[in-house]
Amino acid sequence: MKGAVLRKPGGFNDIYKHKPGADKDRTHYCPGCGHGILHKLIAEALEDLEITDRTIVISPVGCSVFAYYYFNTGNLQVPHGRAPAVATSVSRANPGSVVISYQGDGDLAAIGGNHILQAANRGENITVFFVNNAIYGMTGGQMAPTTLEGMKTTTTPYGRNPATDGYPMKVAEMLNSLYAPTFIARTSLHDIANIRKTRAAVRKALQYNMEKKGFSIVEVLSMCPSNWKLGAVESQNWIRDHMLEVYPLGTLRDRGAEVAPRVRPRPELDPARVRETLGLGEGSGVKLERPKETPVYPNPSVRIAGFGGQGVLSAGVVLANLGLEYGYNVSWLPSYGPEMRGGTANCSVKIQDGTIGDTEATKPHVLIALNRPSMEKFEPIVASGGTLIYNSTLIDVTPSRKDIRVLAVPITGLADELGNTKVQSMVAAGAFAAATGLFALDDIIRLLPSLYSGEAIVKLNEKAVKAGFDFVRGIKS
Amino acid sequence: MARKLMKGNYAAVYGAVLAGCEAYYGYPITPASEIAEAAAELFPKLGRTFLQAECETASINMVYGAAGCGKRVMTASSGPGISLKQEGLSYCAGSALPCVVVDVMRGGPGLGNIGPEQADYNQVVKGGGHGNYRVIVLAPNSCQEMCDLTMLAFELADKYRNPAFVLTDGVIGQMMESVEIPEPVASLPDKSSWAVKGDADTKNLINSIYLAHDELEAWNNRLLEKYRAIERDEVRFEEYRMEDAEYAVIGYGCISRVLRTVVDDAREKGVKIGLFRPISLFPFPKSAIASLPSRGIRKVLTVELSTGQLVDDVNLALGGRLISDFYGRVGGNVPSASEILGRISQLYGVKI
Ligand SMILES: Cc1ncc(C[n+]2csc(CCOP(=O)(O)OP(=O)(O)O)c2C)c(N)n1
Ligand code: SF4
Repeated sequence: MKGAVLRKPGGFNDIYKHKPGADKDRTHYCPGCGHGILHKLIAEALEDLEITDRTIVISPVGCSVFAYYYFNTGNLQVPHGRAPAVATSVSRANPGSVVISYQGDGDLAAIGGNHILQAANRGENITVFFVNNAIYGMTGGQMAPTTLEGMKTTTTPYGRNPATDGYPMKVAEMLNSLYAPTFIARTSLHDIANIRKTRAAVRKALQYNMEKKGFSIVEVLSMCPSNWKLGAVESQNWIRDHMLEVYPLGTLRDRGAEVAPRVRPRPELDPARVRETLGLGEGSGVKLERPKETPVYPNPSVRIAGFGGQGVLSAGVVLANLGLEYGYNVSWLPSYGPEMRGGTANCSVKIQDGTIGDTEATKPHVLIALNRPSMEKFEPIVASGGTLIYNSTLIDVTPSRKDIRVLAVPITGLADELGNTKVQSMVAAGAFAAATGLFALDDIIRLLPSLYSGEAIVKLNEKAVKAGFDFVRGIKS
Repeated sequence: MARKLMKGNYAAVYGAVLAGCEAYYGYPITPASEIAEAAAELFPKLGRTFLQAECETASINMVYGAAGCGKRVMTASSGPGISLKQEGLSYCAGSALPCVVVDVMRGGPGLGNIGPEQADYNQVVKGGGHGNYRVIVLAPNSCQEMCDLTMLAFELADKYRNPAFVLTDGVIGQMMESVEIPEPVASLPDKSSWAVKGDADTKNLINSIYLAHDELEAWNNRLLEKYRAIERDEVRFEEYRMEDAEYAVIGYGCISRVLRTVVDDAREKGVKIGLFRPISLFPFPKSAIASLPSRGIRKVLTVELSTGQLVDDVNLALGGRLISDFYGRVGGNVPSASEILGRISQLYGVKI
């Protein structure tokens, strides 16, 4: 037997070194199995197309789980059904390589059904060789999605019943409904003429792969004598007599001529380019000196609360950004929980020189309440000696705490006077600056261009900050 | 050094970009989606791959493929998505593939909710898929650490050829803090001795099959040796005001921030209390915790956003010398400092 094989095709290893046991020369496939034939067609094509050295074969779970014993290529063995997902990233990692996903019908059409569909739909530059033997080979002859109606398997002992088990799945036709694939063919291994056609289809699929023309698949009808419980020749006849009418052969799609090659970008790892792309080196462009006056609260914790849409969260972001520019450590925590969707929102901001512990302002030095429910909810937690800035346009009750400073600021009204309710958040930020002395008005204004784009928007926000600031300074004097 | 105000989720992507991560494969899930969104924004600007996969099973297998090709690669998800990734993670561990996974934990079981929890602890720290394996697990408690520990995760993953997790939660992921941005890595490790590159020189094989029983046992033993080395060399934790402490609170991630405030508040009232924060969850800081009683700690309280997962490991480490008390909140609830202080005063009869 050994002497009869003159030379293995160049796509194969001379010696199957990964194969356990003494026999490192022959495959592990059963006599008469289609896998061995298809392997040989692929190995010959790799040699003839001169791509053995740049091919990566993905071995699935199934009888071809050991495909990596044979192919003299890069090899990855992968989880059941996931080969198209792995092939996707392998081809993107090595755009110059030819990536082959080799799969059985349980692997591809059952557990991996979605992966093949999605990889095909993305038009990944991979070639799939899909062995349709209408059964699970490796696990001992259970039903596959491709099992024929009435066919007996170990899990359809009375024959596949479409009423309970569904119908044979036509993968090539299914994939043919997608736009992206380049080449889809179904061939068979049951006689010499069809093996020749398979040989041609294998080469065409690989050719497109080499040319980076996207997704190609060859569905190959293949014998499983062991689980069909037939002889080798009977198995070939069985394909001819039973499978061909369910799975017609032919090229379903060949768009190779019209598809443009895919070019993948080269990943940039140069530190200088990375730094530049992330905008590092200059921060926001503004570095601020802290105001001379001592702030009312040196390390303030702040709560801002109101309706969703009042700019509660963005007001907090503005304060945190200012703190950052003054060189403080800052944190900003948005509110969680059902109230987020229920129309109210709040956030906590901490601006500190030391390490910030809890980022939730549970005893805020400053509360900015933009609506009544928020004031009612948070007034009680303001730290003794703290400040409550409340939106007197919308809140028609007066806060009751006597141990805190209360500032009534018509935040919505001031924003409306500027013709845009949206700038409430900046009115609030201005009020905060005036009330605490933490930020200088000029500094906020200098920072605005880095927070907003468009001259008109920046100008509007500038007016809003000033309105809030001046109003509070007016109360104080 | 540049400082930026950024969300924890965003900081993790910065860390990945700085660490030379070449590909991101993910699937959206709250509260981790911002990681995918930030990667979608930043990766293509540097010619790196961003792909939204069809599901988490696909994304972890894409990670397997890219890692098998020697690329720094990451994915991110949360509870339900992490459950789906477990098969692929077991394959990554079984094939000794370095990769980074960020888990921004949410409330469970089932669909649960999108509030912060720490309920993925067991399924991540114990190697949640099939087979005997461990993943390296780092638990940031700030946006700064989201960046720094993501970078470290890439380094450790490569050093040990093993998956590494950044285990975080919705609070850390979605809050913003000032972050000092580290320098980008200047060079990446050479993996050509084992990675698949699709060229004539590196016809390597990535595989987790060992048919012979003895071979598979030997492979498991080699993995075990690796995990022992990690346990010996990579333990990370932080102590705060522990020097003269008689009480210790233990917690990781967002809750450790609350515990820091708890310690400060209780110290103001004269209670000698300190914080022990595990930063690496695998390797778990076993001996540091085991030594607490001999350092004068009389009581330990473990606080977590789960119903008793971390506390099991704390008690294993304490080895019966002390039994840790436990306080856990779940469902998206994060206990406040005063709530925990109340618990402490109730448990230990101290006035706070
Ligand atoms: C997650 C998972 N489920 C099930 C299996 C068991 N299994 C191994 S191969 C196989 C089916 C193989 O059939 P097919 O894909 O048709 O390939 P064939 O063996 O016929 O070539 C199954 C179910 C597995 N390895 N992993
Ligand atoms: S079981 Fe079937 S598919 Fe598997 S090797 Fe044998 S003949 Fe081939």
